[in-house]
Amino acid sequence: MSVLLSAVATLGAIGAGSAAILYFVGRKFHVEEDPRIEEVQEALPAANCGGCGFPGCASFANACVKAETMDDLYCPVGGQETMDKVAEILGKTVATSAKKIAVVRCSGSCDERPQLNLYDGSSNCAIAAALYGGDTGCSFGCLGLGDCEESCTFDAIHINPITRLPEVVEDKCTACGACVKACPKDIIELRKQGPKSRRIYVSCVNKDKGAVARKACNVACIGCSKCQQACPFEAITIENNLAFIIDDKCRLCRKCVPVCPTNSILELNFPPRKETPPAVKEEATVNA
Amino acid sequence: MNNKLIVSPSPHVHSGDSIEKNMYGVLIALIPAFLVAIYVFRLDALIITALSVLFCVGFEYLIARFILKTEPSVFDGSAIITGVLLAFNVPSNLPVWILALGALFSIGVVKMSFGGLGNNIFNPAIAGRIFLLISFPAQMTTWPTPSVGSTTDAVTSATVLSNLRFNPDSLPAIKDMFLGFEGGSIGEMSALALLLGLAYLLWKKIITWHIPVSIILSVALFTGILFIFNPIPMFNPLIHLFSGGLMLGAIFMATDYVTSPMTKSGMLIYGVGIGLITVSIRLWGAYPEGVSFAILLMNAFTPLINNYTTPKRFGEVVKNG
Amino acid sequence: MLKTFRIGGIHPKENKFSAGKAIQPIAIPAQVIIPLTQHIGAPCQPVVKKGDKVKVGTLIGKTVGFVSANIHSSVSGTVLKIDKALDVSGYKRDAVFIQVEGDQWEEKIDCSETLIKECTLSSKEIIDKISEAGVVGMGGATFPTHVKLIPPPGTKAETLIVNAVECEPYLTSDHQLMMERTEEILVGTTILMKAINVDKAVIGIENNKKDAISKFTTTAKSYPGITIQPLKVQYPQGGEKQLIDAVVRRQVPSGALPISVGVVVQNVGTAFAVYEAVQKNKPLVERIVTVTGKDVKNPCNVLARVGIPVNNLIDIAGGLPETTGKIVCGGPMMGKAIASVEIPVTKGTSGILIIPTFESKRDRMKDCIRCTKCIHVCPMGLNPTLLMTLTEYSEWDRAEKGRITDCIECGSCSYTCPSDRPLLDYIRLGKGKVMGNIRARKN
Repeated sequence: MSVLLSAVATLGAIGAGSAAILYFVGRKFHVEEDPRIEEVQEALPAANCGGCGFPGCASFANACVKAETMDDLYCPVGGQETMDKVAEILGKTVATSAKKIAVVRCSGSCDERPQLNLYDGSSNCAIAAALYGGDTGCSFGCLGLGDCEESCTFDAIHINPITRLPEVVEDKCTACGACVKACPKDIIELRKQGPKSRRIYVSCVNKDKGAVARKACNVACIGCSKCQQACPFEAITIENNLAFIIDDKCRLCRKCVPVCPTNSILELNFPPRKETPPAVKEEATVNA
Repeated sequence: MNNKLIVSPSPHVHSGDSIEKNMYGVLIALIPAFLVAIYVFRLDALIITALSVLFCVGFEYLIARFILKTEPSVFDGSAIITGVLLAFNVPSNLPVWILALGALFSIGVVKMSFGGLGNNIFNPAIAGRIFLLISFPAQMTTWPTPSVGSTTDAVTSATVLSNLRFNPDSLPAIKDMFLGFEGGSIGEMSALALLLGLAYLLWKKIITWHIPVSIILSVALFTGILFIFNPIPMFNPLIHLFSGGLMLGAIFMATDYVTSPMTKSGMLIYGVGIGLITVSIRLWGAYPEGVSFAILLMNAFTPLINNYTTPKRFGEVVKNG
Repeated sequence: MLKTFRIGGIHPKENKFSAGKAIQPIAIPAQVIIPLTQHIGAPCQPVVKKGDKVKVGTLIGKTVGFVSANIHSSVSGTVLKIDKALDVSGYKRDAVFIQVEGDQWEEKIDCSETLIKECTLSSKEIIDKISEAGVVGMGGATFPTHVKLIPPPGTKAETLIVNAVECEPYLTSDHQLMMERTEEILVGTTILMKAINVDKAVIGIENNKKDAISKFTTTAKSYPGITIQPLKVQYPQGGEKQLIDAVVRRQVPSGALPISVGVVVQNVGTAFAVYEAVQKNKPLVERIVTVTGKDVKNPCNVLARVGIPVNNLIDIAGGLPETTGKIVCGGPMMGKAIASVEIPVTKGTSGILIIPTFESKRDRMKDCIRCTKCIHVCPMGLNPTLLMTLTEYSEWDRAEKGRITDCIECGSCSYTCPSDRPLLDYIRLGKGKVMGNIRARKN
């Protein structure tokens, strides 16, 4: 019995002593923190994805509290709703920004872009890109090895095994920008999601001369500038044999899409056209 | 030429070395010890070894295929080695069902649940032996008498180390221990056979000298120093070296790739640790045999040792002395 | 006991099928494509345009910045265009396309075969001539030679080491050059010694070239200050840092240059190019290329002008074998696999190696079994398996602490790995990222 008592007493004493030490150390080394930081952090989605440009939600919350204006601060995962909540907590105003989504600007699937050699290195786009321009005639196009898929923390981009191209899952993409950073060929771009998720973009990043690009891929942009001429809003620029539709200027009028001789411009989530000029392909209207 | 060219980063040649070559090399190095075991323990040794291998390979295949749902790679040789080493660590009269449990523990718990080859922290065979030792102490510590030179079947008897503790006058000659004519588990018999295996492993560059030599030297030195002050059989370095599982442990168990440190200095620290813990347990611990526990404990330190040791860097020696 | 470097190393099969094959010429094709980047450093600025007439040795690309090297026409004819062409980098880069007409050389170039031993120029004049001639490291690294010969302030050279090791399997271009142009190389070495103001030079030759060792040992007797050092056959004996360790027993510290231990290293082909540049006013426009491989009909050493497509050299060696899987520019350990036979020979093309299909495909990668063989063979004392894992998890700080930037990309780790892990692929990737981080920190 005395053994039991002495055991209980000894362990109890050790426990109490440790608790006391912890309490005093906690008090002495306590860091004073603005309580609003924690409040803001509660309102954030806690994905810690880095899409805001900060290393984590705590860091972003800290920045929000300490910033003069909220203009440069935006959480792409939480979106406008979250930013409004944060603004309310802090009594500051936030700018309203349009919802963005990741867009893959390459349609060079296995059918359209023939394979010329066999890549046998590691399954990693950065490694392949450092080695050479890829296993097709287009040295700018997607390598299909999945660095973008690896980098996505929202399960929103997957490589289609048949086309070997990445496909963005619209409802899951938060436009955090991880895939944009991961792609060594700068193929992925964050563009406005658009009303009813409609958007139009040139699905090509090939800067070779038209003939060279076309030889490598059936749906390459050849820089012929027909789209630029068709656009009534001056939203298309041509640089280095490549057309580019400026997000802010594009009014989704769809005039450029049918005039493209290689069907390089894609229009997503639009209803089918009433008159079907021969150039438009079915897959241009819906994207998964 | 019609085929497409193959493009990949350098280098474009390979030595041809493979996991299989290294594992089967270890099995070849175990052949001398296996032959001595058969000579000393007859058919029992063969049966136990064969069954152990069968159980280990079988469990690994079943677990990989049906539980983990990955591609089983049972013929890379590592499961076979675990089987052989587990068998070498048990008495030749161990009931088969106990052996099967040991194999299940070694492969299932210690190896596969951590992620298979390359990812386990503890040596599967050693952990299996300890599991059996603690769970079935009676069956694991009654050994048959070696039937060298006679046709009589083996009778249960004690080993050198247990005699060392309790009955120091009835020890066999050191020569006999070196050659292998003593009681004990299947693989622990002949230091000579095991050393032949070590020579093979070193020649084929499967392992380096650092771990076996550091274990053997630290055991020899530790006991040697004690022997100088008190020359009783308990402290005799040669007895410690040639009896029990020291040679088997130092050459085949501690040198397991996955569970030993990666740098040369780390390997030396690991070896010395094993040597010191082995002798401490043998001399002052409750068990007569300390190698298994020593190896298991040092396995736990391996990640720490890896973190704090680095290979000899180029450029640290700027001028030659 | 032969001298050798002290850490790591492997011994791949030598396969020197083209050893002893005399240097043979190759016909100049109707058109050559001369890339404007054939060196480490900024690409050259073209100084010719469409329609210009050029001769062999005419300057067509001028240096940009300090670390750069001039490029000269290797043929005579008319400039077709300046356009993008696929080169050994795997991408299309700017190149000068020339329509070949005849084979006229610039007047100032001495085309005779007579050996000119005397050189009365000063160190600065020598370096200027080398710079003008666009000489770069001929071992494959293509570092502009004149930059190496100007030591940074505060450093001084004590010894010149000539790298005649040729440790890569299959390659024999340096060996053949050594046998056929022995005296020229020794004169070139003397000129280099003068350029960096040293009186000691050591020519390191691997022990599998015994004929070259004996020929050089005899001939070098009449060249004061030059000694021949046979070296153990081990890869990467020809790596700059390893060679310095083997010859003078000093190890260049991490992040430092060889000059910090008083040594300048030049490839033996570079020494020959220096002889031609200084004594014959000949810019670097051609080089010896080994064409070889297990199934190649006539493995050979070809003297090829820069700009000739690799295809032409393969034809001379008997054509592309049916069993071809991979074509590598360079040696099997550090060479670059190419996707097209239209890629032109450049200053750094030491060899064209054709690998049969059954040896070209990698085996499936397995988990690391911690066998530590990669650590044992790494000549820089790194932990390759750790560095690969750190790169896979983007742990750049730990990779930097693990000295990933020390990696010389020799390939010994991937060569050795029994689990067929692509160690070098990832280490190269990590090295690039860490070097980028270091550069960003400095700015």
